[in-house]
Amino acid sequence: MKRSLKIEETVFRVLMILSTAFILLILGVIMYSVFEKGMKAISWEMLTSIPSGGYYYGKGGGILNAITGSMALAFGATILAFVIGLPVALYINVFLHGKKKLVNFIRFILDLIWGIPSIVYGAFGFTLMVLIGLQTSLLAGIVTVTLFILPIMIRSMDEILRTVPTGLMEAAYSLGSNKSELAFKIFTRQSVSGIITAVLLSFGRAIGDAASVLFTAGYTDNLPNSLMEPVATLPLSIFFQLASPVPEVQARAYASALVLTVIILIVSLFSRGLGKRYHKTKINF
Amino acid sequence: MYILNRQQRHVVNYSWMLVSLLLVACLPFLLFSVLYFKSFLLLRNFGLGDLIFSHSWHPSKGEFGFYPFIVGSIWVTLLAILISTPICLLTAINVTQYAKKRFLRIMHPVIDILAGLPSVVYGVWGLLVIVPFISRYLGPWLGIRTMGYSILAGAFVLSIMIIPFILNIIIEIFRTIPMELKEAALSLGSTKWQMVKHVLLRKALPGIIAAVGFGLARAFGETMAVLMVVGNVVKVPTSVFDPGYTLPALIANNYGEVLSIPRYDSALMFAALLLLVVSLFFNLLMHFFIARYNKY
Repeated sequence: MKRSLKIEETVFRVLMILSTAFILLILGVIMYSVFEKGMKAISWEMLTSIPSGGYYYGKGGGILNAITGSMALAFGATILAFVIGLPVALYINVFLHGKKKLVNFIRFILDLIWGIPSIVYGAFGFTLMVLIGLQTSLLAGIVTVTLFILPIMIRSMDEILRTVPTGLMEAAYSLGSNKSELAFKIFTRQSVSGIITAVLLSFGRAIGDAASVLFTAGYTDNLPNSLMEPVATLPLSIFFQLASPVPEVQARAYASALVLTVIILIVSLFSRGLGKRYHKTKINF
Repeated sequence: MYILNRQQRHVVNYSWMLVSLLLVACLPFLLFSVLYFKSFLLLRNFGLGDLIFSHSWHPSKGEFGFYPFIVGSIWVTLLAILISTPICLLTAINVTQYAKKRFLRIMHPVIDILAGLPSVVYGVWGLLVIVPFISRYLGPWLGIRTMGYSILAGAFVLSIMIIPFILNIIIEIFRTIPMELKEAALSLGSTKWQMVKHVLLRKALPGIIAAVGFGLARAFGETMAVLMVVGNVVKVPTSVFDPGYTLPALIANNYGEVLSIPRYDSALMFAALLLLVVSLFFNLLMHFFIARYNKY
């Protein structure tokens, strides 16, 4: 009895260590293969020029159109989602404070929306575009991506805002502030670090998602210059270049994947760093 | 300093908040009704049962059978869940019960990075590593001829993508198990593994099931990474080494041609509607499951 127990525990311990090692190894392999393939193909020209004629057959040019397009799209969507998302998160935590059932219901709806696949947003955005008579454009892409990152933004802000102590709230009320002042002046300031993390998380999601922009943002070789024109995005440029039979173009897809990965890593580094930095402005109880 | 006085500013802020909230709260219903409205054309002509169980997919002839795509999606998703669940569970037990605190601090960024990587990057990795691995090593080793682009490749890439998602939830659930319960078990003379098996896992079981359910819903709708490695052949797969086609891949691959073939756009919107319904259904189910369990 005693021995079989011991053996069982040892077997499972080994399995545990193996699966943990497996996860670490997989991350290593992903990073290695993306960096190894990408570093070979990347060049300064690729980062600073737009595709010239014959780019997709292996001639000169770069992916600046996709880099700037992705940035414009992700910035636009993040700002729009922030403008809609922050008030919702504040409303849940300040105005609905104490109404537990309603708040839980809203959180539940948000979690449901969070679970919807991005391709569904893409299809939805595409349908709306056709209904309104809009072409594939930066604007349509921004709106679709905004819908997609809204629940992520709101729920992450909400998780931080709900930790603001009631004492702080009561202190603000006793000094005569009204609810919206409490929300925007006290709650927002107390949760700056968490809000920044939420914004950067959403930005990372916005820049990396391909399925929602596939129908709505379109693709172009030009730099983005108007809200009404299509834009190129990095995930799609990777996808299209990989589909090419020309090896040079495929190599560029790996380089583009490297660029996207580095952007994502920088964003996640920033969110860790900034989160720590603004922790100091928080009032501790 | 301000154009508006305090009261007016309050009203402006308040209405802004309320409008935003209403917009967000209406979103799922809006999504559902728009997609339903678009796929109504198809549903009226064919009926739900025909669409789901018909094998023939010939849009130009007006035949829309979603069966191969639905089966492909289910295979890929279930296989991915089968791969990732034991790995997540074992890692979560290791990280929360056995390993040192410091190790969890290393694991957190690893999980964050895995969760943050875009699906296209996973797709690229799948093309670079998984597809050649299956076609050159795994297939020949098992005596099977395969291109590498297969259900298995899709499932494997997908399983890596949902590992951080499921792992995060399971770690959170293990944290909520009261220390007293674990200590009680240990003080009664159980070994650590007995404690894990009979107390931790039993107490966390509903949460683990919910985590897997959420992962399932997420995996079902994943598009780009799967699209890039699964092969995209319209056929009901007979083995995991066969190429397949999933519902999200169907939408992503064909949106460009929708306007040239009648009812095609309606068919793709029906696929999106299916994805939406499956995702909402699973998430609803798991939420009620957790809520019900939490009462006891």
